[in-house]
Amino acid sequence: MQQHGLAFDVAHLLAGGMLLVSFVLLYQRRMFAVLNSFALHAIVLALAVAWQAFVQDAPHLYITAAIALLFKGIIIPVALHRIVVRLEIHREVETVIGVGPTMLGGIGLVALSILVVLPVTASSAAFAREDLALALSIVLLGLLMMITRRNAITQVVGFMSIENGLILAATGVRGMPLVVEISVAFSILIAFVVFGVFFFRIRERFDTLDVQYLGTFRGGQG
Amino acid sequence: MHLAAVLDLILVLLALGAAGAATARLAAGRIVVYGGCFAACAALLGLAGAALLGPEAAPSTLSLPLGLPWLRANFALDSLSAVFLVVIDLGGAMASLYGLGYGRHEHEPDRVLPFFPLFLAGMNLVVVADDAFAFLVSWEFMSLSSWALVLAHHREKATLHAGYVYLVMASIGTVALLLAFGVMAGPGGDYAFAAIREHGLSAGAASAVLVLVLVGAGSKAGLVPLHAWLPLAHPAAPSHVSALMSGVMTKVAVYAAVRILFDLVGGVQWWWGAIVMGLGALTAVMGILYALMQHDLKRLLAYSTVENVGIVFIGLGLTLAFQADGLVTAAALSLSAALFHVFNHSVFKSLLFFGAGAVQTATGERDMERLGGLIRFMPVTALVFLVGSASIAALPPFNGFASEWLVLQAILASPDLPQWALKFLVPAVGAMLALSAALVAACFVKAFGITFLGRPRSKSALQARETDAVSRGVMAALAGLCLFAGVFPGVVMEGFAPAVRQLSGGAVPVSEGAQWLLLLPQAGSRSAYSGVVVFVLILCACALTFFVVRAVGSSRTRRAPAWDCGFPDPSPATQYTADSFAEPIRRVFGTVLFDARESVDLPAPGDMRAARFEVRMRDYAWDLLYEPVAVAIAYAAERFNRVQFFSIRRYLTMVFGALIFLLSVVALWR
Amino acid sequence: MAVNPFVLQAGQAALVVALAPLLTGIVRKAKARLLRRRGASVFQPYRDLLRLARKDAVLAENASWLFRSTPYVTFACIWAAAVFVPTFATRLPLSAAADLIVIVALLGTSRFMLALAGLDVGTSFGGIGSSREMMIASLAEPAMLMIIFTLALMARTTDLSTIAADFALGHVGLRVSLGLALVALIMVAIAENARIPVDNPATHLELTMVHEAMVLEYSGRHLALIEAAASLKLLLYISLIGCVFVPWGIAAPGAGTGAIAASLAAFAGKVAIGAVLLAVFETAVAKMRVFRVSEFLTGALLLGLLAALLLFVSRSF
Repeated sequence: MQQHGLAFDVAHLLAGGMLLVSFVLLYQRRMFAVLNSFALHAIVLALAVAWQAFVQDAPHLYITAAIALLFKGIIIPVALHRIVVRLEIHREVETVIGVGPTMLGGIGLVALSILVVLPVTASSAAFAREDLALALSIVLLGLLMMITRRNAITQVVGFMSIENGLILAATGVRGMPLVVEISVAFSILIAFVVFGVFFFRIRERFDTLDVQYLGTFRGGQG
Repeated sequence: MHLAAVLDLILVLLALGAAGAATARLAAGRIVVYGGCFAACAALLGLAGAALLGPEAAPSTLSLPLGLPWLRANFALDSLSAVFLVVIDLGGAMASLYGLGYGRHEHEPDRVLPFFPLFLAGMNLVVVADDAFAFLVSWEFMSLSSWALVLAHHREKATLHAGYVYLVMASIGTVALLLAFGVMAGPGGDYAFAAIREHGLSAGAASAVLVLVLVGAGSKAGLVPLHAWLPLAHPAAPSHVSALMSGVMTKVAVYAAVRILFDLVGGVQWWWGAIVMGLGALTAVMGILYALMQHDLKRLLAYSTVENVGIVFIGLGLTLAFQADGLVTAAALSLSAALFHVFNHSVFKSLLFFGAGAVQTATGERDMERLGGLIRFMPVTALVFLVGSASIAALPPFNGFASEWLVLQAILASPDLPQWALKFLVPAVGAMLALSAALVAACFVKAFGITFLGRPRSKSALQARETDAVSRGVMAALAGLCLFAGVFPGVVMEGFAPAVRQLSGGAVPVSEGAQWLLLLPQAGSRSAYSGVVVFVLILCACALTFFVVRAVGSSRTRRAPAWDCGFPDPSPATQYTADSFAEPIRRVFGTVLFDARESVDLPAPGDMRAARFEVRMRDYAWDLLYEPVAVAIAYAAERFNRVQFFSIRRYLTMVFGALIFLLSVVALWR
Repeated sequence: MAVNPFVLQAGQAALVVALAPLLTGIVRKAKARLLRRRGASVFQPYRDLLRLARKDAVLAENASWLFRSTPYVTFACIWAAAVFVPTFATRLPLSAAADLIVIVALLGTSRFMLALAGLDVGTSFGGIGSSREMMIASLAEPAMLMIIFTLALMARTTDLSTIAADFALGHVGLRVSLGLALVALIMVAIAENARIPVDNPATHLELTMVHEAMVLEYSGRHLALIEAAASLKLLLYISLIGCVFVPWGIAAPGAGTGAIAASLAAFAGKVAIGAVLLAVFETAVAKMRVFRVSEFLTGALLLGLLAALLLFVSRSF
């Protein structure tokens, strides 16, 4: 049994925790549960990044952690929650193949990412390689979620979990530059994607995006 | 010396076959044949046991002037042969004894009695054959005599279909083995095993042999997807023959695989282990899922044989992988586990088939949906069937658990394997093995519960009576052996030690000196299993519980109608049936694997016709493999059939064309 | 001054039986409190068991010898399994005889007999209970075996006592596989003990029961034994989770009376905390539909498989 430092173990544990939450995301059948699980995903990511900031002695990563926590752990889930309620979107997640086979596919993807990353990076430090393997698994699981779910919201959540995986990979590697800037840029991208999807939906539903006309659908006044 | 006696006894069996043909119609014929077979098998068992437990000597060989003149018929008795002789003859002796009682109900004894001793003789000969010719002749002999036995009840239409499929699959298997021996003998053409061992094989040739052996021996053993004949043929035969086919003949196929892959070919590669393990895991899971969907008791048992063969092949695959990487103790562990499971399965599968035979003779039914409540009319049969079910479900303290424990320990020894593919395959194989073990318990709760428990579902179940004393005695002996092998697994495995040492070079796992007490997976391991302690602990706990409860509480009992939440229904049709018991599992696994669909046809209110509930399942192996192949062959045969109707001029043209072709070949070859 | 290990072993066997009803009592009391009720005393299960034992056992007219003997066999197998799980001391004399696989298989034996007893009387409720129980078992047992693989790969042994002793010494540290195994083990423990969200131990609606439907026909001392067995199984799982994942405080072999007393107190504390956490969890979630249970347990199986796979791939996962 190898003795690793606490730093190694906690970082691994948090990365494993994110992988676990990715599986939890694949397991859910209710929309609100998906949003809550995604918030948890972002919180665990924030913890992992904060730990990396502590261990690597890189204070700018604390900002990334804070962005992840605030934006993806709180603001986006709440916003999506309200959108689900307002647009009366289906509360049930429609899957292409059952939950069981989806999770089995998830295990296959984890095996694949391990098979890709570990033999190739045999010369690097153990910690970096394994973290990278876990991060790649999270990305692949996010993609799996996007392709096996029919609702727009779950696809957006899948996309955001891909991004979480990429941030995990980026912060795991010591000394990657511009991490904070890239995180902010990605988050703005996500915001645009989310808004784009929902304006599309609104237009589909009400045949117009024009706020002036949207007002006519309110009850009471014309 | 032992070998000569073995061959003599096999000759006795052949003679009994002739005697059977002569005396089949007489009342004494049954006694002569089965009694003689029992005596011969018991003697063979004794010889094999003496060969194993006695001092280790070099394998004895014998060469008889039969068969091909330049080859003769070579026979040898080494420890591997002795182990399988024990398995075959234990099964054979028990089946013969059982036949004494069961055979009374046989309507056409002249279709069974002559072939039964021949079947036993064939199986024994395969195991002592020492050259390819003797081996293949014995193999075909075994197949043909069992085919004759399958067709014993030829008046049933299903039996004819079963016999046809069996014959086709057996022929395919023999051809594959023939080709395998051809590749092994090489251009030199020396078919004796000793010669094959000496000259070794190139890697490509060895891989070809692996594939051919998996088709040939694997189809006989029941590896998915070549298993389709097994659930058709095994139930069609009389019950003692089914027990022999399931419990013993499949093990002869395992022997063929072990002999060829471990002894004759040499130069094991790691990916052989991967393929064998993967096939074994697939077979285990699919076998038991098929079994769960059955409501014919004997088909269920036949499919569960497929599952157990899968477990044996998982053990063999692990052994191949360990051997390729030079991990000797781990290879010994997995090989011992596989051989122990071979022994255990033959014991409890025979027991289960004998029980099913008893049920069939008592009620005339094989369909579980028409049975039920037999525990009251057939208490001894129910008890021994329960022991068999508990053994096959791998429950302590019985023998099924001991061999399952060893296979799991072998899987736990495999992280040391360096290949990446194995690092991913072995945990998956472990998960599939665990899944199949859990499903077996469900399957046998269903098999025992629906058949013996509850209320009788038909008149034939109500009229059941206990079987005769001989059958009960045989089943009780087998149940006792299940318990013995479970409580003292180390003792039984000491018997396999010479074979394991010969093939893998390692030692059988035992604890130094106290093998009756503890079973250790590898020397110096920290995990152990003591069958004795667990068994005694369970007994003491039972006794203590009983006495304390009696002391503290009351011991009075009253009988009353069943509670059933206050709405007891007098009709036994409201009980769970076999299909309804399996329904949750069918919904979880069956929709994907068997495309299981349920349809309900309810009449409109006021319409008095019956409602209809139908479950439809597809066997993908049959649809995707057997059907297309059969269609292709039929098509090709149809085309080639035209050759039958040529005119004389056309035939002469064919002869002329062949001659020109061969002359051109000769001309161009140089 | 070391205490005689045989005394400790006998003491453990007696302790688990004595403590199991109290565990059930604590869980029920905590649940009642969370639902703003007073709840019965924590010692009420003892009184219930005694009351049941003193009643006549009413058997259905067609109940067989299997039905009558199953409560004893079930209880004995679970008790035998509980004897091997370290509670307050490790490396007791009997613990070398059986490892984790044996413990799980003994629980399997008790479930096998109970499922058969459900089918014995020939009612449809017994059939529902037995068939659903076997479906749940067919997924929970492989999940448990994968968790055992994970633990055995980390500790290089399947013997539970040795695993607990090794983990208590801190040889393992915080590992990803351990985390995944813990989550999977909690999921399996909930399913095996018939707790919400898999099954409702307190319901009277038969179509929502699994375990209760199987034992519907039992009464008197037989029912007392079956309920005691269920409590003992819950205690077994809580001790298992405690000795593997929270092993601090377990007395090493050869400890004196002081260390044993401290270890007993630690064990009692772990059990009480486990009971309260279980009560909180059961109150917070709703029961799942039956076929959602199979997805739940598939998740547990796949988590266990993932944990074992990670360890096969690299020893530092």
